[in-house]
Amino acid sequence: MNAPALRLSGLHHRYGDTMALEDVSLEVGADELLVVLGPSGAGKTTLLRTVAGLETPHSGRVELFGEDVTAWSPARRDVAFVFQNFSLYPGWTVRRNLAFPLLAPSRRAGSVTRANDGEVAERVEWAAQLLHIEGLLERPAERLSGGEMQRVAIGRAIVRRPRLFLMDEPLTNLDAKLRQQLRVELVVLRRELGIPMLYVTHDQSEALSMGDRVAVLCRGRVLQTGPAQQIYDRPATPQVARLLGQPAINLIPLRRMDGGWFVDSAHRVAVEVPSGAPESERLWLGIRPEAVGVEGGAHQGTIRLVEDTGPATVLVVDWAGQQLRLLVDKAPCWTAGDRVSPYLDERRVCVWPRS
Amino acid sequence: MSAFLELCGLCKVFPDGTEAVRGIDLGCQQGEFVVLLGPSGCGKTTTLRMIAGLEAPTAGTIRLSDGDITHQPPQARDIGFVFQFYALYPHLSVFDNIAFPLQSIGCGVDEVRRRVGEMVERLGLRDLVRHRPATLSGGDQQRVALARALVRRPRLWLMDEPLGTLDGDRRMQMLELIRAQQLDLAITTIYVTHDQEEAMRLADRVVVMDEGRMRQTGTPAGIYDEPESLFVAHFVGSPGMNFVSGESLTGGVLQASGGVRLPLPEHTPASQAVTLGIRPEHVRPDPQGPLPGTVVLDELLGTHRNVHLDTPAGRVVMRRSPTETYAIGAPICLAFDGGHVCLFRTDTGQRLR
Repeated sequence: MNAPALRLSGLHHRYGDTMALEDVSLEVGADELLVVLGPSGAGKTTLLRTVAGLETPHSGRVELFGEDVTAWSPARRDVAFVFQNFSLYPGWTVRRNLAFPLLAPSRRAGSVTRANDGEVAERVEWAAQLLHIEGLLERPAERLSGGEMQRVAIGRAIVRRPRLFLMDEPLTNLDAKLRQQLRVELVVLRRELGIPMLYVTHDQSEALSMGDRVAVLCRGRVLQTGPAQQIYDRPATPQVARLLGQPAINLIPLRRMDGGWFVDSAHRVAVEVPSGAPESERLWLGIRPEAVGVEGGAHQGTIRLVEDTGPATVLVVDWAGQQLRLLVDKAPCWTAGDRVSPYLDERRVCVWPRS
Repeated sequence: MSAFLELCGLCKVFPDGTEAVRGIDLGCQQGEFVVLLGPSGCGKTTTLRMIAGLEAPTAGTIRLSDGDITHQPPQARDIGFVFQFYALYPHLSVFDNIAFPLQSIGCGVDEVRRRVGEMVERLGLRDLVRHRPATLSGGDQQRVALARALVRRPRLWLMDEPLGTLDGDRRMQMLELIRAQQLDLAITTIYVTHDQEEAMRLADRVVVMDEGRMRQTGTPAGIYDEPESLFVAHFVGSPGMNFVSGESLTGGVLQASGGVRLPLPEHTPASQAVTLGIRPEHVRPDPQGPLPGTVVLDELLGTHRNVHLDTPAGRVVMRRSPTETYAIGAPICLAFDGGHVCLFRTDTGQRLR
């Protein structure tokens, strides 16, 4: 079997007293896009910098295509990094910015080679075409919009055809609309190039939609790794559950009484819990907003807010001392103040022990 | 009845000649939540800054509860402003940061303590009152900024992309918090964003702006379902509306590129350059459908999936259930729900009725 593009084993990294990475082990397949999702301060950037060789881990190993590169210099690793902040050379044209990585000597496979002028021009045109920036080649970098700059930055990463892409929230500083368009382009482009990618973000919709697999990172630790759908449906912890999904998952505290389960914030509101629930007196029950029925439950609640999201409607319901979020098909029939009986289908809930 | 806040013919031309705002006429009722939505450079922030008194309008007037405030200094306007990049006083504790607006209008010690205490409870900051801002997470800093903007109970609340720097999870919590506080306190609010999802979820009324002008005003559902222009149809929606351009033929047929022929409403005038618009949720797979496509990308989004297809008439996205899956490269014929088709003139971009 082929070695993965990237294998991280037991990485630890510390800044002073702060543990930035704690026993991080991850793999990126040879033709895979792995998204690392985590809130700010989770260690995402440190992780990328460690892979790029800009940080040296205190312990653990970085392997690229089966080769231990932990001690290698950044240049020798032949990975391309795209940053959140637009980082082009001001005063240089787009063409010159794109050509720059090709003019630096490449140390791939130990041999020092330099592209000739014809090759450089050809690669620059190729990258510009892929990213739809052919018309901008002669424009100075400082006269580009944010979206154009980030296209050029991505172009600069692909022009060299590196062995691995490292993306540090490259779309975060763009307008929402542009972010969605570029996200689609980036996934299709990566697939066509067949170059593996490690993409870090705090944006759950990027993680779900872009990742072949997703790794959830929190406070320097990997909490769960798997296909996006699997993490969405079966989050390992309440924390993971909360990080994915919009609107956010409903987390309801439960306690055991007289052999049944009851909502902890209300007087005798019983809930069904799937068999095989953890042995515990207290639980978190998680249910996605789209899995809650508007009617059919035994206990009533009152609609507090009706939010229109276009194709669907979010109802915020005061229920059993909780604010439940329900996502329903576009339904103009609900208004604030209406009484409803939310139904928590036990087949669609997750439970975790609660301390 | 005249509006609580009224903008009349508001314009702003900057000294370098940039026409940032080119005539805004807008009335907001008391307690209303109005969102100015548009891409960078559309003039939304400049409009907000003129309401706050941080920019002087080149032309036009601003009236707040029947008083002309166009030329009033900012501090006389009784307006709470939450910026994109919240600036807390780094040397003051959370408590003192929130208390500052009250102290600067001369509130007594007991009243300051009571009102700050109430805000701290409302926003879940009780355990942090002694902390300095630098020791707080981004989300907590943002809550402090909100508390500071609300503590004075201003007549008008202005927010410029207040969620801009927040992470996903925090972002949603904050969004719900802002809306809940606004409803509870019934503060008239103008909120600026480029994010249409935020706009849809928060607003009583959305004002879509582009190039310094108002393109459309309406309820979230109104602008989503009945866009008046290609711009609004594209900008509102996640992703925006799908478009297929072509020529209308007699008998209600659209002749699009790649030999594609799609049904049009029968009353459509013939021989016109028209663009058909359809929302992703109104596109469905149909073996007899008139539009052949190939799957390019299948995006999971948790509650649903967006399937992107290449067709002879351009890229089309359909919104489907998360339980369906689509293989890259699979051929699929598409049909549109006729009742949800919008038609636009291709030359002006305006809706055809």
